[in-house]
Amino acid sequence: MKAEVNIESGRNAAIALLRDWLFRRIDEAARTWFEEQVSLLRSDSGDRALYTAFGLMPRRLGKKSLALSADDAGAAAHCLEGWKPGDWSLVDAGRILLLARLPGSNPDFARRFCALCRTADVAEAISLYRGLPLYPEPAALEPQVGEGLRTNMRSVFEAIAHHNPYPKRYFDTHRWNHMVLKALFIGSGLAPIEGLDERVNDELARILLDFAHERWAADRPVPHELWRCVGGFARGDALEDLARVVCSGTPLERRAAALALSASPDPAAAALLERMPEIAQAIDSGRLTWAELE
Amino acid sequence: MRLGDDDTMKFIDAHAHMISRTTDDYEAMAASGVVAVIEPAFWLGQPRTNVGSYLDYLSTLVGFERFRASQFGIRHYCTVGLNSKEANNEELAEAVMDLIPRFALKEGVVAIGEIGYDEQTPLEDKYFRLQLDLARELDLPVMIHTPHRDKKRGTTRSMDVCIEHGLEPGKVIIDHNNEETVREVLDRGFWAAFSIYPCTKMGNARMVEILRHYGADRIIVDSACDWGISEPLAVAKTAKLALQSGVPEEHVRLACYRNALEAYGQSGQMSEEDWLNPPPIDQRTLYEGNSILRGGRPPVVEARRSARSADDLVIE
Ligand SMILES: [Zn+2]
Repeated sequence: MKAEVNIESGRNAAIALLRDWLFRRIDEAARTWFEEQVSLLRSDSGDRALYTAFGLMPRRLGKKSLALSADDAGAAAHCLEGWKPGDWSLVDAGRILLLARLPGSNPDFARRFCALCRTADVAEAISLYRGLPLYPEPAALEPQVGEGLRTNMRSVFEAIAHHNPYPKRYFDTHRWNHMVLKALFIGSGLAPIEGLDERVNDELARILLDFAHERWAADRPVPHELWRCVGGFARGDALEDLARVVCSGTPLERRAAALALSASPDPAAAALLERMPEIAQAIDSGRLTWAELE
Repeated sequence: MRLGDDDTMKFIDAHAHMISRTTDDYEAMAASGVVAVIEPAFWLGQPRTNVGSYLDYLSTLVGFERFRASQFGIRHYCTVGLNSKEANNEELAEAVMDLIPRFALKEGVVAIGEIGYDEQTPLEDKYFRLQLDLARELDLPVMIHTPHRDKKRGTTRSMDVCIEHGLEPGKVIIDHNNEETVREVLDRGFWAAFSIYPCTKMGNARMVEILRHYGADRIIVDSACDWGISEPLAVAKTAKLALQSGVPEEHVRLACYRNALEAYGQSGQMSEEDWLNPPPIDQRTLYEGNSILRGGRPPVVEARRSARSADDLVIE
């Protein structure tokens, strides 16, 4: 219960922060228009006003980036763990703020969120999913977020998967694993996924090893980040796969394999690592971490 | 002029139903110099039976199709509206009319359209008028589909009704013109678009004659390519034929690029900057994975294989 209260107050602080950032970056006319929309939506529970405000946002707020400072980014993380609005636009900020400020304890929020997603243009879909950490009823939004992950538009997928604490907190293992796999599948990075190292699991490691074999069979490269989610579960046959990368990988791939080996619970991993003494030493001394390979 | 190379002409296909076209078509269009397409909402070749399929259709126009075009360095715009054929299903029409305002103000929606008459029934007339009022209220241009049958009268009537509803001719594009309709459309101050569509609408040799005769003021050449036998390279081919036939280059530029930009740019949702120098936010969302366009250079798409052939054996 206490944790929930903290999240609620963190969410409120985040909303206040976002409003402050936005209002410092737009002119008086845009601020007035925005506040009008907020109060209009307070009295009008129909959807037309919401859709209109959403659609008009780029016309009123412009096409600039929110351009946060390092201090701003720090303040964001302080409010909500893992909240990284660093590459949001002014329009993202406006749309998300509008939704986050919909009146009161709103039992209708999930329905309205889904309806907006269903008719969203590309940029709207990105805004809608980026805002997940700030909305009420977060758990009720999960099925729609799952729908969002099925998109073919990489930027929409990344609005959910990257720099967003929502998946870590609300996805079950199945959804989580398929998000990670899809990220690799579409050539998207794993490093920006919040909670990546915390939510690794045996099943994910198995899925990713199968994926690696599929890529090898098709004579396609295996993304080096894959090994990050495998290392902690690499035993037996998995070590043979890592040995293959150690022997024939690119320098980047070999360093990734070495990091995976260093996390392996299998004692045999140490022998493989010894084949790359320089890399092993860099890992031991803390000079080589996954952050170096991003 | 060399098509598809640097410093060649850029084209806008101001009427193209891209959801029916393949990636080969996008690739060929980009290689021919097309930098932007406008996809009007229309019917799908068979009627929709419920409003849900209309909703998904309009969502596709502002979502996935926009993304698909971006993968080839082509900027995708659309128009939204209830078409004349489906206006005859009153139950559907009523429900769709509730949807139109939800989509009309989205980014990249450059007009209400394509609307107008098909058989010129009372229901077509009713929903045409309602949508003209909406366009006026939202200050959006209108794209008019003129009927295939009884075309001349249908075209005149479409313009009469636009005037009756207070629209400025300069904000209305009358499409699918031919030799019989063009004079009146231009004389009354509307934009005259021509769909270069095999067999049923216009051929490009006839189009060249029209350009010779009328010049290029307020004339727009488009392909109207869709699910039928049609030609996604119609704009580039017409431009080439016109130049070969001695039409001044400036006129070709107007008819195949500049006029569409000017007419639909009145929406505030389409500008040359969008493809010459897109803002970083658009680059991120609309040109992802397409490094070609970043940095403001026109798209360079790899030369296409001369023809599709089962003799190209290797698929990678
Ligand atoms: Zn059409």
